[in-house]
Amino acid sequence: MLTIENLHATADGKPILNGLDLQVNAGEVHAVMGPNGSGKSTLSYVIAGREGYEVTQGSIAYQGQDLLAMSVEERALSGVFLAFQYPVEIPGVGSATFFKTAVNAARKHRGEKEYDAMEFLKLIREKRAALGIDDGMMRRALNVGFSGGEKKRNEMLQMALLEPTLAILDETDSGLDIDALKVVASGINGMRAPERAMVVITHYQRLLDHVVPDKVHVLSSGRIVRSGGSELALELERSGYAGLGLESSAAA
Amino acid sequence: MSAQQEAAQAVESYAGERYKYGFVTDVEADSAPPGLDQDTIRFISAKKGEPEWLLAWRLKAFERWLQMEDEEPTWAKLHYPPIDYQGACYYSAPKSDADRPKSLDEVDPELLKTYEKLGIPLQEQEMLAGVAVDAVFDSVSVATTFKDKLAELGIIFCSISEAVKEHPELVQRYLGSVVPYSDNFFATLNSAVFTDGSFVYVPKGVRCPMELSTYFRINAANTGQFERTLVIADEGSYVSYLEGCTAPMRDENQLHAAVVELIALDDAEIKYSTVQNWYPGDAEGRGGIYNFVTKRGACRGANAKISWTQVETGSAITWKYPSCILQGDNSVGEFYSIAITNNRQQADTGTKMIHMGRNTKSRIVSKGIAAGRSDSTYRGLVRIQPRAEGARNHTQCDSLLIGATCGAHTVPYIESRNPTARVEHEATTSKISEDQLFYCRQRGIDEEDAVALIVNGFCREVLQELPMEFAVEAQKLVAISLEGSVG
Repeated sequence: MLTIENLHATADGKPILNGLDLQVNAGEVHAVMGPNGSGKSTLSYVIAGREGYEVTQGSIAYQGQDLLAMSVEERALSGVFLAFQYPVEIPGVGSATFFKTAVNAARKHRGEKEYDAMEFLKLIREKRAALGIDDGMMRRALNVGFSGGEKKRNEMLQMALLEPTLAILDETDSGLDIDALKVVASGINGMRAPERAMVVITHYQRLLDHVVPDKVHVLSSGRIVRSGGSELALELERSGYAGLGLESSAAA
Repeated sequence: MSAQQEAAQAVESYAGERYKYGFVTDVEADSAPPGLDQDTIRFISAKKGEPEWLLAWRLKAFERWLQMEDEEPTWAKLHYPPIDYQGACYYSAPKSDADRPKSLDEVDPELLKTYEKLGIPLQEQEMLAGVAVDAVFDSVSVATTFKDKLAELGIIFCSISEAVKEHPELVQRYLGSVVPYSDNFFATLNSAVFTDGSFVYVPKGVRCPMELSTYFRINAANTGQFERTLVIADEGSYVSYLEGCTAPMRDENQLHAAVVELIALDDAEIKYSTVQNWYPGDAEGRGGIYNFVTKRGACRGANAKISWTQVETGSAITWKYPSCILQGDNSVGEFYSIAITNNRQQADTGTKMIHMGRNTKSRIVSKGIAAGRSDSTYRGLVRIQPRAEGARNHTQCDSLLIGATCGAHTVPYIESRNPTARVEHEATTSKISEDQLFYCRQRGIDEEDAVALIVNGFCREVLQELPMEFAVEAQKLVAISLEGSVG
């Protein structure tokens, strides 16, 4: 589903990714781990198509298409979802309004009838219950004044609503207490499906206690330096990145 | 057409200047030639069959206006070439059907696209675009039933010309009582030459059961460029008035100088909402409307309330400060405003809250959005008079910038002459951030929709002050006004 070959990319002109290769198949959950500054967030932004992140070499194929030739919204509409490390606040825009706009943009793109308010309310009620999100959150402005845990749960809810084909989760576990972590983990596990792939980017192993990945990759200085099964995460947990001979680089 | 008129027109077109004789007493003529002098005013007044007192008032205003040559306001942050007042035409009868488009096929496709996006039904599109329609339009019958219902309650809602004829005592008593004929350059001009507008009187204790809207008489009189509106809410009454229309309206006149006066007596409340979407000109600002408006309400009685809500998206130049004079003790003034400028548009708008009575309160919420190479200025005055014990004001001015070539400015004036007053002013300026746009786009929302979503969120406090059916259209309008402002 996703084939990344020899990817070189810069962030604000600074080289971050240096020949990254990654192959993710439908139905798989991959974990990408790495110390600070190894290029984890850059990888997620390059896949999503964020401005300021320039690919200087290499390719990304998604479902046989050249992902890099697509605009941000084209990627999103064709099923690429990014759960943000720092979800953005949009004052005055109700969460439910925002979700409805996003879901209807996708439905319109697929040539389906857009949901009216009642249909959408029904859909969101189902999805919300599964993630333990209360109705009050839906009425508040998007992410404004939300706690870290609420913001991440909000990202999981959007993933559930948009049902992506490829989900990239950028440090979704960071800053969460154990209860919130479990909610996020069950959100991810609930989305596992044969036609869907997920890439879970994380610094710590602890999320992987709840989400068992099919493959684990270690990212360092902009390249995948080790790949393995879920046991690799445990090895990292025991010995740390230093144990693999990797240092945290200074840049975050 | 009389031989005399033909000769007059021949001379006029030949000399390219004003024909000075003959037309004044000729009430049969359809239009006054360009230019403005006493005769023009007599002509307008005669055309409308006005009583002597009104003509005298107009002439007084005109005399004053002539002395105001140097008083055309220049303090606003607006730039436009000098206006040739003698080149303008001050009275023209509605266009005859022969001059109007025969069908929507003849109408500017850009205009039609906008109607489409606003979801305006075809019949109304024809009306708005000025198509000559033979069929009796539905709203005529709607308007009739509507008028009957109002009449039962004693509410008067008619054109101001009709009011001059039918209710001269009310018009004479209140016209110019809030905005005197000598008030300012544009209001004085309006007093001299106003052609038509609306008149509302709500009797004591009556709560007007429906939103009064100019929309209902859109196909009646062509109110033209010098509109005059007078709304009177007698003791304990309530009225909500909607002015304008979200659809861009066709208009041949570049200069608009309207005056609106509101009077709220004891315990009365007036809610006045405006959506202004006059032609803003092309991307370079050519041909857009100049809109110089004087709007003022007086809370004459105790516990009176006047609330202005405006959504300003059109016009090349907007000069407009809907104000409240809080005379009655405990009276309340509110101003909620959204001003959107794009391309080359310039808006200098705000309010004045004059606190005179005790415990008077005012609230100002202004949202300015600037995109393209436009300029948006909030200019507001809060004045607390010595007698206004315990007066309170809260002002919130937020500006949102889209792109790097537009400007937003906030010019608040506060004058407090009473030590017990409490005046608060909050202001913010922000930009739509790249982060916000990226987040929206990653969710599959394209850039224009994302901007509309964010801007609507920014304006929410004001949008929710609008009557329901207006609010929905206004939201769409916000989106349309900013099309092409990003990317």
